[in-house]
Amino acid sequence: MADQPTALERFIQGVLPENPVYRQLLGLCPTLAVTNSLTAAVTMAGAVGFVLLCANVIISLIRNLLKPHLRIVVFTLTIATFVTIADRLLAAYLYQMSKTLGPYIPLIIVNCIIICRCEVVASKQGPVAAASDAIGQSLGFGLALASIAVIREILGTGALFGIRVLPTVWPDWVIMGLPPGAFLTFGILLGVVNWFTDRRKAA
Amino acid sequence: MDSATSQITGGFQSNKLVQAWLVLVLAVVFGISLAGVQLVLGPIIEKNKMNETLEKVPELVLGKDLAAKMAGENQVLEITPNHVMVENAGRSKFYSVYEASYQGDRKGWVVKNKGRGYADTIELLVGFSPDFSSITGLFVLDQKETPGLGNKIIFEKWRNQFINAPTDKPLVVVKTGSTRPEEIDAVTGATISSKSVTVLINSVISDLKEPLTAAPNEAGKEDKDNG
Repeated sequence: MADQPTALERFIQGVLPENPVYRQLLGLCPTLAVTNSLTAAVTMAGAVGFVLLCANVIISLIRNLLKPHLRIVVFTLTIATFVTIADRLLAAYLYQMSKTLGPYIPLIIVNCIIICRCEVVASKQGPVAAASDAIGQSLGFGLALASIAVIREILGTGALFGIRVLPTVWPDWVIMGLPPGAFLTFGILLGVVNWFTDRRKAA
Repeated sequence: MDSATSQITGGFQSNKLVQAWLVLVLAVVFGISLAGVQLVLGPIIEKNKMNETLEKVPELVLGKDLAAKMAGENQVLEITPNHVMVENAGRSKFYSVYEASYQGDRKGWVVKNKGRGYADTIELLVGFSPDFSSITGLFVLDQKETPGLGNKIIFEKWRNQFINAPTDKPLVVVKTGSTRPEEIDAVTGATISSKSVTVLINSVISDLKEPLTAAPNEAGKEDKDNG
């Protein structure tokens, strides 16, 4: 285990150097689907964070019992359980938000970020490293979602968190709230991130 | 030969089952904890849905301004929830009907109905005047229509068209420029979503107008509609 990154390294890597959205291109379904408003994006990131943390810790605790050919089943079972809990919690305590997010909460079950972290970290390292990895990756996911949502919500509705920020003369770009707006914003941001990374490497 | 094969597969399968003990144990543990979560949260979720409905009743019956005024003066409408069963073409359908009254006077009805939209089920609350002669309000409880197009059915601006629409003629969706009261402008680019809403409202009117107005004093009680 000596060659495995430490808990702190796992955390730092998740936020930017190995950002799940911009560097690993994982979990793109919610990234594109629920980023038309910042509130929805933050809630989605929170739900993914909750599921990732719980799943990572549980998998890490039982990692020595896992059989190689049955590990994916165990991952999926664990993830599905916590997604269901997250879905019920949202419906009970954030009812309006759960209505807005609709089917995208149950779809966290098939979010590749979580299964990837279970495979890469939780099934190999202890619970502390797994937990800090989960928090780092969730932060990275949250930042990525928020960056797209801020642009889309401001340009699409002229508002942020539902509060008007652009002058009313701004003609709301409806397309930013629609799927094409998600692809455009994400593509441009991804290009910017890659450009910065290349420049830093060259320097 | 056959028995040898079956022995091998039998041993193989049972071996697989033994290997899967962790999956089985986890399934049981997770299943029990999910049942616990549902036991605790289920009633809260149901209450959320009910609260949302009850919250909307005054606005749907009285209109937004009057409802806000009443709330400001601490006057509270009495809301009586009922289920009404309607026999239609041999099939019975249940409607949740809320009767709103104030100091014994009936102020109006709110009926819940759900059905097919463009993307998924649309769930609506429709408010009617006390004599069921006109629509007093519309609220969309649940929808998953296309964001930016069909989901505009939730916006007040669009829903307000329905206020004061008569119930003696079925509502009709027109592309733009409705001239008669029963005509509703479609949401641009979302004719199907708009039509789904009017279909749902029309079925409420055709199913419930008679049963609810037939017995003015006690209407809304179960099986009133059958006789």
